[in-house]
Amino acid sequence: MAAYLKLDHIDKTFRRGAVESEVLKDINLSIDKGEVISIIGHSGCGKSTLLNLIAGLTQVTSGGVLLEDREVNAPGPERAVVFQNHSLLPWLTVYENVSLAVNKVFGGVKTRAERHAWIMHNLDLVQMSHARDKRPAEISGGMKQRVGIARALAMEPKILLLDEPFGALDALTRAHLQDSVMQIHAGLKNTMIMITHDVDEAVLLSDRIVMMTNGPSATIGEVLTVALPRPRHRLELVADPAYLAAREAVLKFLYERHRFVEAA
Amino acid sequence: MSIAAMKTDTTTAATAVASAKPVKALQTRVTARLGLMLRSTAVAVIPPLISLAALLMIWQIAFGRPGATLPPPTQVWSEAKDLILDPFFINGSQDIGLGWRVLTSLQRVIVGFSLSAVVGVVMGAVVGQSVWAMRGLDPIFQILRTVPPLAWLPIALAAFRDSNPSAIFVIFITSIWPVLINTAVGVRNIPQDYRNVAQVLRLNQVEFFFKIMAPSAAPYIFTGLRIGIGLSWLSIVAAEMLTGGVGIGFFIWDAWNSSRLPDIVVALVYIGVVGFVLDRLVAGLGSLITRGTAAN
Repeated sequence: MAAYLKLDHIDKTFRRGAVESEVLKDINLSIDKGEVISIIGHSGCGKSTLLNLIAGLTQVTSGGVLLEDREVNAPGPERAVVFQNHSLLPWLTVYENVSLAVNKVFGGVKTRAERHAWIMHNLDLVQMSHARDKRPAEISGGMKQRVGIARALAMEPKILLLDEPFGALDALTRAHLQDSVMQIHAGLKNTMIMITHDVDEAVLLSDRIVMMTNGPSATIGEVLTVALPRPRHRLELVADPAYLAAREAVLKFLYERHRFVEAA
Repeated sequence: MSIAAMKTDTTTAATAVASAKPVKALQTRVTARLGLMLRSTAVAVIPPLISLAALLMIWQIAFGRPGATLPPPTQVWSEAKDLILDPFFINGSQDIGLGWRVLTSLQRVIVGFSLSAVVGVVMGAVVGQSVWAMRGLDPIFQILRTVPPLAWLPIALAAFRDSNPSAIFVIFITSIWPVLINTAVGVRNIPQDYRNVAQVLRLNQVEFFFKIMAPSAAPYIFTGLRIGIGLSWLSIVAAEMLTGGVGIGFFIWDAWNSSRLPDIVVALVYIGVVGFVLDRLVAGLGSLITRGTAAN
């Protein structure tokens, strides 16, 4: 079976004047439909660059990104991104932020009433319909990120890309949002790729964890399959041997084999 | 104040059927609010009144003696009373109230400034978006914007062979630079995040302009417009002094030629007040439109 999303021998080199720096080298990965993949690695290893390559916001130097066997090299709503800092437009309300995406993607397909229902449905999914008329400045960081997720989901993407979506949130809010993401995934069975630097988050949410070596010329060091049954509950997993083993494997990769030397 | 008083009346009437005690409580509350309102108005109005009175007094003392080169306030009042009291009289084609003259000048400013606002925002957007347009055009803009308004007038007169379009052109060419340059800076400062959102949504150029660029750069654009309207008003007076015809600028020049100094003083006050109102108008419009943008 051909993979749903295939990263085929991707290299990425940034060029600034005469200085070249190879950020990513020979990235190969196949992702199946409905899978949740986490990409973890030390800061500066090119995780975000990799996500931008998949999103099409950055161009590959060589190799290719194939979605359903078709090469993609420009951004598009079928690969929706949840940005690290929410990226909501501050002059629009919560509802308008989502409707901007919905009207653009479904403008010709759905009627006005259908689009309204779809916007409200997605706000319901992230439990944000109560704040539909608020502006981003009036809601908390966690709420903004929820709206960011709703906006991305509302594009009905083939792949949902999340760039350290909970990195800027406090631990309690982060746990709430992780639960929400798991719930949404249980309902929609959508494909997700998530960048993270949080080991627990990676193990809790993903089917496979892609561990990256340190840059420059970072590549995929190991891929760990997390064989925990779903639905997963964080409290039950605290003492689960399989959970602990997966956690240990990731920690060992990050802190034994690929210690980040520059981090003091 | 009258509205507040009316409110007291109706509320008292409505509650009169109930007992007398709450009515009294309400009355004291309303009087307290009224007092508060009066006080805040007084705080805003009294200090400028005092400084104005002091200014007039110094002026009177400095130029009140016989043989002074400039007229004191009392002389301005006695000789230019008609200009002060009635801005809209018409006693003949050349003898009209200052209100009419200001309106004529304002008409030119509105035409010239509207042109520069539209052209400035569009060109600023292009220069802000495209690195090559910026590299090519920015040095030229930086040089042209330092040219004083009146230096353009001879060229404009030669090109248009008429005073009215020339005056409008001077306003246009003076006020376009701050609009253009501020818009360009605003567009260049659109956060990469917003651009990424636009790219993922595949917004086209037109959608990007209206949905992302204009709202995101709006605070910068309005800063430019506010500087621009100020410069327009500055240059119209200067331009009209040279081009003649009806207008507040020419009125001053005419008054100077016929030695009517009190009239000039009144005209200066008119110009100051109108300039202030124009600035406030654009600033108010800006804060109304950019309500949501500045936050976050």
